[in-house]
Amino acid sequence: MKAAPFEYVRAASVGEACELLARHGDTAKVLAGGQSLVPMMAMRLVRPAWLVDINEIAALKFVAIEKDAVRTGACTRQCVVERDPALAVGVPLLAQALAWIGHVQTRNRGTVGGSLAHADPAAELPLVAQVLGARMVLRSGNGARTLEAAEFFAGPMATAARPDECLEEIHWPTWSERRMGSAFTEISIRHGDFAMVAAAAQIALDGGGRCTRAALGLGGVGGTPLAFPKIAARLVGTKLEDGAVQSAAEAAAAASEPGSDLHATADYRRHLARVLAARALRAAHEKARAA
Amino acid sequence: MSETLYMIGVEVNGKPRAGQVPARLSLVDWLRDELRLTGTHVGCEHGICGACSVMLDGDPVRACLMYAVQANGHRVTTVEGLARPNGSMSVLQDSFCETHGLQCGYCTPGMLIASQALLDSNSNPTEAQIRDAIGGNLCRCTGYQQIVEAVQLAAERMREAK
Repeated sequence: MKAAPFEYVRAASVGEACELLARHGDTAKVLAGGQSLVPMMAMRLVRPAWLVDINEIAALKFVAIEKDAVRTGACTRQCVVERDPALAVGVPLLAQALAWIGHVQTRNRGTVGGSLAHADPAAELPLVAQVLGARMVLRSGNGARTLEAAEFFAGPMATAARPDECLEEIHWPTWSERRMGSAFTEISIRHGDFAMVAAAAQIALDGGGRCTRAALGLGGVGGTPLAFPKIAARLVGTKLEDGAVQSAAEAAAAASEPGSDLHATADYRRHLARVLAARALRAAHEKARAA
Repeated sequence: MSETLYMIGVEVNGKPRAGQVPARLSLVDWLRDELRLTGTHVGCEHGICGACSVMLDGDPVRACLMYAVQANGHRVTTVEGLARPNGSMSVLQDSFCETHGLQCGYCTPGMLIASQALLDSNSNPTEAQIRDAIGGNLCRCTGYQQIVEAVQLAAERMREAK
Protein backbone atom coordinates (compact mmCIF):
# COMPACT_ATOMS: atom_id res chain seq x y z
CA MET A 1 0.00 0.00 0.00
CA LYS A 2 1.53 3.26 -1.09
CA ALA A 3 -0.96 5.92 -0.01
CA ALA A 4 -1.03 7.18 3.56
CA PRO A 5 -3.99 5.83 5.58
CA PHE A 6 -7.35 7.53 5.05
CA GLU A 7 -11.03 6.96 5.72
CA TYR A 8 -13.32 6.25 2.79
CA VAL A 9 -16.97 7.21 2.29
CA ARG A 10 -19.04 6.41 -0.73
CA ALA A 11 -21.49 9.29 -1.09
CA ALA A 12 -24.95 8.27 -2.29
CA SER A 13 -26.00 11.76 -3.36
CA VAL A 14 -24.54 15.20 -4.03
CA GLY A 15 -26.20 16.35 -0.82
CA GLU A 16 -24.40 13.70 1.17
CA ALA A 17 -21.10 14.52 -0.51
CA CYS A 18 -21.53 18.20 0.40
CA GLU A 19 -22.41 17.31 3.98
CA LEU A 20 -19.25 15.17 4.28
CA LEU A 21 -17.12 17.92 2.75
CA ALA A 22 -18.61 20.47 5.15
CA ARG A 23 -17.89 18.18 8.10
CA HIS A 24 -14.30 17.31 7.19
CA GLY A 25 -13.25 20.58 5.52
CA ASP A 26 -9.87 20.62 3.86
CA THR A 27 -8.89 17.26 5.35
CA ALA A 28 -11.23 15.67 2.79
CA LYS A 29 -10.81 15.24 -0.96
CA VAL A 30 -13.44 14.37 -3.54
CA LEU A 31 -12.56 11.15 -5.37
CA ALA A 32 -13.91 11.12 -8.92
CA GLY A 33 -12.10 9.05 -11.59
CA GLY A 34 -8.94 9.05 -9.50
CA GLN A 35 -6.62 9.11 -12.50
CA SER A 36 -4.64 12.03 -11.06
CA LEU A 37 -5.54 11.94 -7.38
CA VAL A 38 -4.67 8.27 -6.81
CA PRO A 39 -1.12 8.55 -8.26
CA MET A 40 -0.58 11.75 -6.24
CA MET A 41 -1.67 9.88 -3.12
CA ALA A 42 0.59 6.95 -4.03
CA MET A 43 3.51 9.40 -4.15
CA ARG A 44 2.20 11.00 -0.95
CA LEU A 45 2.08 14.40 -2.60
CA VAL A 46 -1.38 14.61 -1.04
CA ARG A 47 -2.50 12.90 2.16
CA PRO A 48 -6.22 13.49 2.69
CA ALA A 49 -7.66 12.09 5.92
CA TRP A 50 -10.97 11.43 4.13
CA LEU A 51 -11.88 10.48 0.61
CA VAL A 52 -15.43 11.22 -0.48
CA ASP A 53 -16.13 8.92 -3.42
CA ILE A 54 -18.67 10.43 -5.84
CA ASN A 55 -18.42 7.63 -8.44
CA GLU A 56 -21.73 6.03 -7.49
CA ILE A 57 -23.80 9.22 -7.71
CA ALA A 58 -25.90 8.68 -10.83
CA ALA A 59 -27.12 12.30 -10.79
CA LEU A 60 -23.58 13.47 -11.56
CA LYS A 61 -23.38 11.46 -14.78
CA PHE A 62 -25.24 12.94 -17.71
CA VAL A 63 -24.95 14.82 -20.97
CA ALA A 64 -27.84 17.23 -21.59
CA ILE A 65 -28.17 19.22 -24.80
CA GLU A 66 -29.77 22.63 -24.39
CA LYS A 67 -30.38 25.62 -26.62
CA ASP A 68 -27.12 27.47 -26.17
CA ALA A 69 -25.09 25.07 -24.04
CA VAL A 70 -24.37 21.44 -23.39
CA ARG A 71 -24.40 20.45 -19.75
CA THR A 72 -22.31 17.58 -18.47
CA GLY A 73 -22.44 16.11 -14.99
CA ALA A 74 -19.14 16.46 -13.14
CA CYS A 75 -18.69 12.69 -12.82
CA THR A 76 -19.42 11.92 -16.48
CA ARG A 77 -16.64 9.66 -17.73
CA GLN A 78 -14.33 11.02 -20.41
CA CYS A 79 -15.08 7.98 -22.61
CA VAL A 80 -18.79 8.89 -22.59
CA VAL A 81 -18.14 12.47 -23.66
CA GLU A 82 -15.69 11.25 -26.30
CA ARG A 83 -18.35 9.10 -27.97
CA ASP A 84 -21.46 11.27 -27.54
CA PRO A 85 -22.68 12.15 -31.06
CA ALA A 86 -24.73 15.18 -29.96
CA LEU A 87 -21.75 16.59 -28.07
CA ALA A 88 -19.56 16.10 -31.13
CA VAL A 89 -21.89 18.47 -33.01
CA GLY A 90 -22.54 20.97 -30.22
CA VAL A 91 -19.06 21.20 -28.69
CA PRO A 92 -16.71 19.50 -31.15
CA LEU A 93 -13.68 20.86 -29.30
CA LEU A 94 -14.36 18.42 -26.43
CA ALA A 95 -13.99 15.25 -28.50
CA GLN A 96 -11.04 16.80 -30.33
CA ALA A 97 -9.29 17.46 -27.00
CA LEU A 98 -10.20 14.05 -25.57
CA ALA A 99 -8.30 12.35 -28.39
CA TRP A 100 -5.13 13.72 -26.74
CA ILE A 101 -6.00 12.67 -23.18
CA GLY A 102 -4.40 9.60 -21.66
CA HIS A 103 -5.44 6.21 -22.96
CA VAL A 104 -8.52 4.01 -23.25
CA GLN A 105 -8.08 2.73 -19.68
CA THR A 106 -7.72 6.18 -18.15
CA ARG A 107 -10.59 7.72 -20.17
CA ASN A 108 -12.87 4.85 -19.11
CA ARG A 109 -12.38 5.96 -15.53
CA GLY A 110 -11.36 9.60 -15.73
CA THR A 111 -14.12 12.18 -15.48
CA VAL A 112 -14.72 15.58 -17.04
CA GLY A 113 -15.19 17.33 -13.70
CA GLY A 114 -12.21 15.58 -12.15
CA SER A 115 -9.89 16.95 -14.80
CA LEU A 116 -11.27 20.47 -14.35
CA ALA A 117 -11.11 20.34 -10.54
CA HIS A 118 -7.54 19.01 -10.70
CA ALA A 119 -6.70 22.12 -12.77
CA ASP A 120 -3.39 21.03 -14.21
CA PRO A 121 -2.32 24.02 -16.35
CA ALA A 122 -1.17 21.64 -19.11
CA ALA A 123 -4.33 19.50 -19.14
CA GLU A 124 -6.60 19.47 -22.16
CA LEU A 125 -10.13 19.82 -20.70
CA PRO A 126 -9.29 22.91 -18.60
CA LEU A 127 -8.01 24.55 -21.81
CA VAL A 128 -11.26 23.76 -23.62
CA ALA A 129 -13.24 25.16 -20.67
CA GLN A 130 -11.15 28.33 -20.67
CA VAL A 131 -11.33 28.87 -24.46
CA LEU A 132 -15.09 28.36 -24.66
CA GLY A 133 -15.84 30.18 -21.40
CA ALA A 134 -17.45 27.14 -19.75
CA ARG A 135 -19.35 27.68 -16.51
CA MET A 136 -18.85 25.47 -13.46
CA VAL A 137 -21.67 24.82 -11.02
CA LEU A 138 -20.33 24.33 -7.51
CA ARG A 139 -22.61 22.85 -4.88
CA SER A 140 -22.30 23.10 -1.11
CA GLY A 141 -24.66 22.76 1.83
CA ASN A 142 -25.50 26.46 1.31
CA GLY A 143 -26.66 26.01 -2.26
CA ALA A 144 -25.08 26.31 -5.67
CA ARG A 145 -23.04 29.02 -7.34
CA THR A 146 -21.77 29.27 -10.89
CA LEU A 147 -18.27 30.37 -11.82
CA GLU A 148 -16.89 31.29 -15.22
CA ALA A 149 -13.83 29.28 -16.22
CA ALA A 150 -11.73 32.45 -15.91
CA GLU A 151 -12.68 32.75 -12.23
CA PHE A 152 -12.65 29.01 -11.55
CA PHE A 153 -9.02 28.39 -12.51
CA ALA A 154 -6.99 30.09 -9.79
CA GLY A 155 -3.47 28.81 -10.47
CA PRO A 156 -1.46 25.64 -11.00
CA MET A 157 -3.58 22.77 -9.55
CA ALA A 158 -5.76 25.34 -7.79
CA THR A 159 -9.36 26.38 -8.29
CA ALA A 160 -11.72 28.84 -6.64
CA ALA A 161 -13.79 25.94 -5.24
CA ARG A 162 -13.99 26.02 -1.46
CA PRO A 163 -13.21 22.87 0.57
CA ASP A 164 -16.94 22.36 1.25
CA GLU A 165 -17.90 22.60 -2.42
CA CYS A 166 -18.33 19.80 -4.92
CA LEU A 167 -18.22 20.49 -8.66
CA GLU A 168 -21.66 19.42 -9.81
CA GLU A 169 -21.97 20.22 -13.50
CA ILE A 170 -20.31 22.06 -16.34
CA HIS A 171 -22.06 24.20 -18.96
CA TRP A 172 -20.23 24.21 -22.28
CA PRO A 173 -21.45 27.06 -24.53
CA THR A 174 -22.45 25.97 -28.03
CA TRP A 175 -22.08 28.25 -31.03
CA SER A 176 -25.17 28.54 -33.16
CA GLU A 177 -23.34 29.63 -36.34
CA ARG A 178 -23.80 27.09 -39.09
CA ARG A 179 -20.29 27.56 -40.50
CA MET A 180 -18.30 26.78 -37.40
CA GLY A 181 -15.11 24.79 -36.91
CA SER A 182 -12.73 24.02 -34.09
CA ALA A 183 -9.38 22.35 -33.59
CA PHE A 184 -7.15 21.14 -30.79
CA THR A 185 -3.48 20.36 -31.13
CA GLU A 186 -0.54 19.81 -28.84
CA ILE A 187 3.04 18.65 -28.48
CA SER A 188 3.81 16.20 -25.68
CA ILE A 189 6.71 13.87 -24.92
CA ARG A 190 4.54 10.80 -25.63
CA HIS A 191 1.01 10.64 -26.93
CA GLY A 192 -1.37 10.63 -23.98
CA ASP A 193 0.93 12.62 -21.70
CA PHE A 194 0.17 16.09 -20.45
CA ALA A 195 0.93 18.66 -23.11
CA MET A 196 4.21 20.51 -23.25
CA VAL A 197 2.13 23.13 -25.05
CA ALA A 198 -1.46 22.78 -26.31
CA ALA A 199 -3.56 25.08 -28.47
CA ALA A 200 -7.31 25.23 -29.08
CA ALA A 201 -9.26 27.41 -31.48
CA GLN A 202 -12.82 27.84 -32.67
CA ILE A 203 -13.92 29.90 -35.68
CA ALA A 204 -17.26 30.93 -37.19
CA LEU A 205 -17.62 32.31 -40.73
CA ASP A 206 -20.34 34.15 -42.62
CA GLY A 207 -21.52 33.13 -46.08
CA GLY A 208 -18.74 35.15 -47.71
CA GLY A 209 -16.02 33.42 -45.68
CA ARG A 210 -15.45 36.34 -43.32
CA CYS A 211 -14.76 35.50 -39.68
CA THR A 212 -17.69 36.47 -37.45
CA ARG A 213 -16.45 34.98 -34.20
CA ALA A 214 -13.18 33.49 -32.95
CA ALA A 215 -11.76 31.94 -29.80
CA LEU A 216 -8.15 30.99 -29.12
CA GLY A 217 -6.29 29.57 -26.14
CA LEU A 218 -3.05 27.95 -25.03
CA GLY A 219 -2.24 25.37 -22.35
CA GLY A 220 1.05 24.59 -20.65
CA VAL A 221 2.35 28.15 -20.91
CA GLY A 222 1.08 29.70 -17.69
CA GLY A 223 -0.24 28.95 -14.22
CA THR A 224 -3.68 28.28 -15.69
CA PRO A 225 -4.84 27.54 -19.22
CA LEU A 226 -4.95 30.86 -21.07
CA ALA A 227 -7.67 32.25 -23.34
CA PHE A 228 -7.05 35.28 -25.56
CA PRO A 229 -10.44 36.86 -26.30
CA LYS A 230 -8.99 40.24 -27.32
CA ILE A 231 -6.47 38.71 -29.71
CA ALA A 232 -9.16 36.42 -31.16
CA ALA A 233 -11.53 39.39 -31.58
CA ARG A 234 -9.03 41.02 -33.95
CA LEU A 235 -9.65 38.15 -36.36
CA VAL A 236 -13.32 39.04 -36.67
CA GLY A 237 -13.97 40.72 -40.02
CA THR A 238 -10.88 39.22 -41.65
CA LYS A 239 -10.90 36.29 -44.03
CA LEU A 240 -8.27 34.64 -41.82
CA GLU A 241 -5.51 35.33 -44.30
CA ASP A 242 -2.06 34.00 -43.41
CA GLY A 243 -0.92 37.35 -42.10
CA ALA A 244 -3.89 37.73 -39.74
CA VAL A 245 -3.46 34.20 -38.39
CA GLN A 246 0.30 34.65 -37.94
CA SER A 247 -0.07 37.91 -36.11
CA ALA A 248 -2.73 36.47 -33.78
CA ALA A 249 -0.50 33.47 -33.04
CA GLU A 250 2.47 35.75 -32.37
CA ALA A 251 0.43 37.96 -30.06
CA ALA A 252 -0.86 34.94 -28.12
CA ALA A 253 2.66 33.51 -27.76
CA ALA A 254 3.94 36.88 -26.60
CA ALA A 255 1.18 37.10 -23.98
CA SER A 256 1.89 33.60 -22.64
CA GLU A 257 4.09 33.03 -19.60
CA PRO A 258 5.87 29.71 -20.10
CA GLY A 259 8.37 28.34 -17.61
CA SER A 260 11.45 26.16 -18.10
CA ASP A 261 11.86 22.61 -16.86
CA LEU A 262 13.90 19.56 -17.81
CA HIS A 263 11.67 18.90 -20.84
CA ALA A 264 11.78 22.30 -22.48
CA THR A 265 13.02 25.85 -22.05
CA ALA A 266 10.63 28.79 -21.82
CA ASP A 267 11.87 29.99 -25.22
CA TYR A 268 11.08 26.66 -26.83
CA ARG A 269 7.64 26.62 -25.25
CA ARG A 270 6.96 30.11 -26.53
CA HIS A 271 8.04 29.00 -29.99
CA LEU A 272 5.64 26.04 -29.75
CA ALA A 273 2.89 28.34 -28.53
CA ARG A 274 3.21 30.46 -31.70
CA VAL A 275 3.40 27.48 -34.05
CA LEU A 276 0.55 25.55 -32.42
CA ALA A 277 -1.74 28.57 -32.08
CA ALA A 278 -1.39 29.19 -35.83
CA ARG A 279 -1.96 25.50 -36.58
CA ALA A 280 -5.10 25.38 -34.43
CA LEU A 281 -6.49 28.54 -36.05
CA ARG A 282 -5.80 27.27 -39.56
CA ALA A 283 -7.33 23.84 -38.83
CA ALA A 284 -10.43 25.40 -37.22
CA HIS A 285 -10.73 27.72 -40.24
CA GLU A 286 -10.54 24.75 -42.62
CA LYS A 287 -13.30 22.95 -40.71
CA ALA A 288 -15.50 26.05 -40.70
CA ARG A 289 -15.02 26.44 -44.44
CA ALA A 290 -16.02 22.82 -45.01
CA ALA A 291 -19.07 23.12 -42.74
CA MET B 1 -2.67 1.79 15.54
CA SER B 2 -5.26 -0.03 13.53
CA GLU B 3 -6.72 1.03 10.25
CA THR B 4 -10.44 0.90 9.49
CA LEU B 5 -11.39 -2.14 7.44
CA TYR B 6 -14.18 -2.01 4.87
CA MET B 7 -16.31 -4.98 3.82
CA ILE B 8 -16.42 -5.48 0.09
CA GLY B 9 -18.19 -7.87 -2.27
CA VAL B 10 -16.95 -8.04 -5.85
CA GLU B 11 -17.81 -10.37 -8.70
CA VAL B 12 -14.39 -11.53 -9.92
CA ASN B 13 -14.27 -13.60 -13.10
CA GLY B 14 -17.89 -14.55 -12.60
CA LYS B 15 -17.57 -15.62 -8.97
CA PRO B 16 -18.68 -13.59 -5.97
CA ARG B 17 -15.70 -12.74 -3.74
CA ALA B 18 -15.73 -10.96 -0.42
CA GLY B 19 -13.07 -9.31 1.67
CA GLN B 20 -12.17 -6.82 4.34
CA VAL B 21 -9.82 -4.14 3.14
CA PRO B 22 -8.17 -0.94 4.32
CA ALA B 23 -9.30 1.96 2.14
CA ARG B 24 -5.83 2.50 0.72
CA LEU B 25 -5.45 -1.04 -0.64
CA SER B 26 -5.38 -0.85 -4.43
CA LEU B 27 -7.61 -3.12 -6.45
CA VAL B 28 -4.59 -4.82 -8.02
CA ASP B 29 -3.05 -5.57 -4.61
CA TRP B 30 -6.32 -7.07 -3.41
CA LEU B 31 -6.59 -9.27 -6.51
CA ARG B 32 -2.99 -10.46 -6.22
CA ASP B 33 -2.31 -10.61 -2.51
CA GLU B 34 -5.70 -11.53 -1.10
CA LEU B 35 -7.38 -13.47 -3.91
CA ARG B 36 -4.04 -14.87 -5.18
CA LEU B 37 -4.97 -13.96 -8.74
CA THR B 38 -1.39 -13.16 -9.68
CA GLY B 39 -2.00 -13.05 -13.41
CA THR B 40 -2.56 -9.30 -13.23
CA HIS B 41 0.84 -7.64 -12.91
CA VAL B 42 1.97 -4.63 -10.92
CA GLY B 43 4.25 -2.34 -12.85
CA CYS B 44 4.59 1.35 -12.14
CA GLU B 45 1.77 1.64 -9.58
CA HIS B 46 0.85 5.12 -10.78
CA GLY B 47 -1.05 4.60 -13.99
CA ILE B 48 1.63 4.79 -16.66
CA CYS B 49 2.49 1.25 -17.74
CA GLY B 50 -0.86 -0.55 -18.10
CA ALA B 51 0.42 -3.90 -16.75
CA CYS B 52 -2.34 -3.94 -14.11
CA SER B 53 -5.22 -3.47 -16.59
CA VAL B 54 -8.41 -5.34 -15.67
CA MET B 55 -11.98 -4.96 -16.87
CA LEU B 56 -14.37 -3.18 -14.56
CA ASP B 57 -17.96 -3.87 -15.60
CA GLY B 58 -16.54 -4.84 -19.01
CA ASP B 59 -14.36 -1.77 -19.61
CA PRO B 60 -10.57 -1.85 -19.27
CA VAL B 61 -9.23 0.25 -16.39
CA ARG B 62 -6.01 0.49 -14.44
CA ALA B 63 -6.28 -1.58 -11.25
CA CYS B 64 -3.51 0.46 -9.58
CA LEU B 65 -5.59 3.64 -9.90
CA MET B 66 -8.59 2.24 -8.07
CA TYR B 67 -8.91 1.29 -4.47
CA ALA B 68 -10.33 -2.17 -3.84
CA VAL B 69 -13.09 -0.63 -1.74
CA GLN B 70 -14.30 1.23 -4.85
CA ALA B 71 -14.91 -2.08 -6.65
CA ASN B 72 -17.54 -3.03 -4.07
CA GLY B 73 -20.67 -4.11 -5.94
CA HIS B 74 -18.93 -4.19 -9.32
CA ARG B 75 -17.78 -6.83 -11.77
CA VAL B 76 -14.06 -7.38 -12.40
CA THR B 77 -12.46 -9.54 -15.09
CA THR B 78 -8.78 -10.35 -14.80
CA VAL B 79 -6.54 -12.16 -17.26
CA GLU B 80 -7.48 -15.41 -15.48
CA GLY B 81 -11.05 -14.77 -16.58
CA LEU B 82 -10.14 -14.70 -20.27
CA ALA B 83 -9.35 -18.44 -20.56
CA ARG B 84 -12.05 -20.87 -21.64
CA PRO B 85 -14.09 -22.52 -18.88
CA ASN B 86 -12.05 -25.73 -19.25
CA GLY B 87 -8.86 -23.79 -18.59
CA SER B 88 -7.51 -23.81 -22.14
CA MET B 89 -6.34 -20.58 -23.72
CA SER B 90 -8.73 -18.17 -25.44
CA VAL B 91 -8.47 -17.38 -29.15
CA LEU B 92 -6.64 -14.15 -28.30
CA GLN B 93 -4.22 -15.87 -25.93
CA ASP B 94 -3.43 -18.54 -28.52
CA SER B 95 -2.80 -15.81 -31.08
CA PHE B 96 -0.29 -14.12 -28.75
CA CYS B 97 1.60 -17.45 -28.48
CA GLU B 98 1.60 -18.07 -32.21
CA THR B 99 2.76 -14.63 -33.32
CA HIS B 100 5.32 -14.31 -30.50
CA GLY B 101 3.33 -11.45 -29.09
CA LEU B 102 5.26 -11.73 -25.85
CA GLN B 103 8.80 -12.21 -24.68
CA CYS B 104 9.24 -11.62 -20.95
CA GLY B 105 5.47 -11.62 -20.41
CA TYR B 106 5.33 -8.77 -17.94
CA CYS B 107 3.04 -6.56 -20.01
CA THR B 108 1.03 -9.48 -21.40
CA PRO B 109 -1.92 -9.58 -18.98
CA GLY B 110 -2.52 -5.88 -19.56
CA MET B 111 -2.11 -6.27 -23.31
CA LEU B 112 -4.59 -9.15 -23.31
CA ILE B 113 -7.17 -7.23 -21.32
CA ALA B 114 -6.81 -4.12 -23.50
CA SER B 115 -7.04 -6.10 -26.74
CA GLN B 116 -9.88 -8.33 -25.56
CA ALA B 117 -11.86 -5.22 -24.64
CA LEU B 118 -11.24 -3.87 -28.13
CA LEU B 119 -12.35 -7.11 -29.79
CA ASP B 120 -15.45 -7.25 -27.60
CA SER B 121 -16.67 -4.01 -29.15
CA ASN B 122 -15.04 -4.16 -32.59
CA SER B 123 -14.70 -7.47 -34.44
CA ASN B 124 -12.72 -5.98 -37.32
CA PRO B 125 -10.34 -3.34 -35.95
CA THR B 126 -7.90 -1.47 -38.17
CA GLU B 127 -4.23 -1.46 -37.28
CA ALA B 128 -4.60 2.13 -36.06
CA GLN B 129 -7.48 1.13 -33.78
CA ILE B 130 -5.42 -1.73 -32.36
CA ARG B 131 -2.47 0.56 -31.72
CA ASP B 132 -4.78 3.06 -30.05
CA ALA B 133 -6.34 0.36 -27.86
CA ILE B 134 -2.93 -0.81 -26.58
CA GLY B 135 -1.51 2.73 -26.53
CA GLY B 136 -1.72 2.81 -22.75
CA ASN B 137 0.24 -0.42 -22.31
CA LEU B 138 4.03 -0.38 -22.32
CA CYS B 139 6.03 -3.34 -23.65
CA ARG B 140 9.81 -3.20 -23.47
CA CYS B 141 10.55 -6.43 -25.37
CA THR B 142 8.69 -7.03 -28.59
CA GLY B 143 8.39 -3.56 -30.05
CA TYR B 144 4.60 -4.01 -30.36
CA GLN B 145 4.58 -5.33 -33.94
CA GLN B 146 3.87 -8.94 -32.99
CA ILE B 147 1.29 -7.83 -30.45
CA VAL B 148 -0.58 -6.00 -33.19
CA GLU B 149 -0.29 -9.11 -35.37
CA ALA B 150 -1.67 -11.24 -32.53
CA VAL B 151 -4.75 -9.04 -32.22
CA GLN B 152 -5.24 -9.07 -36.00
CA LEU B 153 -4.96 -12.86 -36.05
CA ALA B 154 -7.41 -13.23 -33.16
CA ALA B 155 -9.89 -10.87 -34.81
CA GLU B 156 -9.70 -12.88 -38.03
CA ARG B 157 -10.26 -16.18 -36.20
CA MET B 158 -13.09 -14.85 -34.11
CA ARG B 159 -14.84 -13.57 -37.25
CA GLU B 160 -14.38 -16.94 -38.99
CA ALA B 161 -15.77 -18.78 -35.98
CA LYS B 162 -18.97 -16.74 -36.11
